[in-house]
Amino acid sequence: MTIKEIARLVEGEIVGAPADDTYDVEKAFASDLMSDVLRFSMDETVLITGLCNNQTMRTSEMADLRVVVIGRDKQPDEDMLELAEDLDITLIKSKFSIFKISGILYEAGIKPLY
Amino acid sequence: MHYTFEIERGNFTDAGQASSSVKRTLKQLGVAPANIKRTVVALFEAEINAIAHAYGGTIDVDIDDQKIVMVVADQGPGIPNLDLAMQEGWSTASAEVREMGYGAGMGLPNIKKNTDDLKIESTVGVGTTVTMTVFFA
Repeated sequence: MTIKEIARLVEGEIVGAPADDTYDVEKAFASDLMSDVLRFSMDETVLITGLCNNQTMRTSEMADLRVVVIGRDKQPDEDMLELAEDLDITLIKSKFSIFKISGILYEAGIKPLY
Repeated sequence: MHYTFEIERGNFTDAGQASSSVKRTLKQLGVAPANIKRTVVALFEAEINAIAHAYGGTIDVDIDDQKIVMVVADQGPGIPNLDLAMQEGWSTASAEVREMGYGAGMGLPNIKKNTDDLKIESTVGVGTTVTMTVFFA
């Protein structure tokens, strides 16, 4: 699934790095705990989180994540947006809860990480 | 190649800069992506641990064609019970650290999982030195 399709499904707004139309997302992982994110391989995975700070970006960088859905209507600040652009990470801001975002993407065929 | 980075207590804004810099260097050196991932996850966790728990410290990184050795040395409270600290889920992190998304008690277990060699020397009231090695071959 493309990043733009994910954004459409969760009624989200794309910010940070521009969406790479060639990137194919197959799996999702939902967590606010960044150490849990670092435990797993995140290839072709979208992170769904309510944690909205620079550490979300740094953790995504270390985990090789390319796309992050920020739920619960959290607003990234300028620093975070700049870091996302520098690290080439696309953010999707959504007003929906983490549960709702997860449900929508699961129903649309995105697989759980495990 | 040798690099040194400073760790500042509680500075979560800059947390991850050392790991980010090492990641860029390893990419430039053509190290296999799986080994880069192991290295930076371990270093990042150690960096976060030091920022969250200690009063300051340094990160020393040595890279050759076979391996990377990372030494994270802090001045801090030390680890009273290393066996407990190595257990998944055990944490003494503050509420502030947890709000940052850390403090889940996965730091040291994650470091162990991602390194080929791990040494932890800690003295209560003095500090902790974590030495991590990842072999590239």
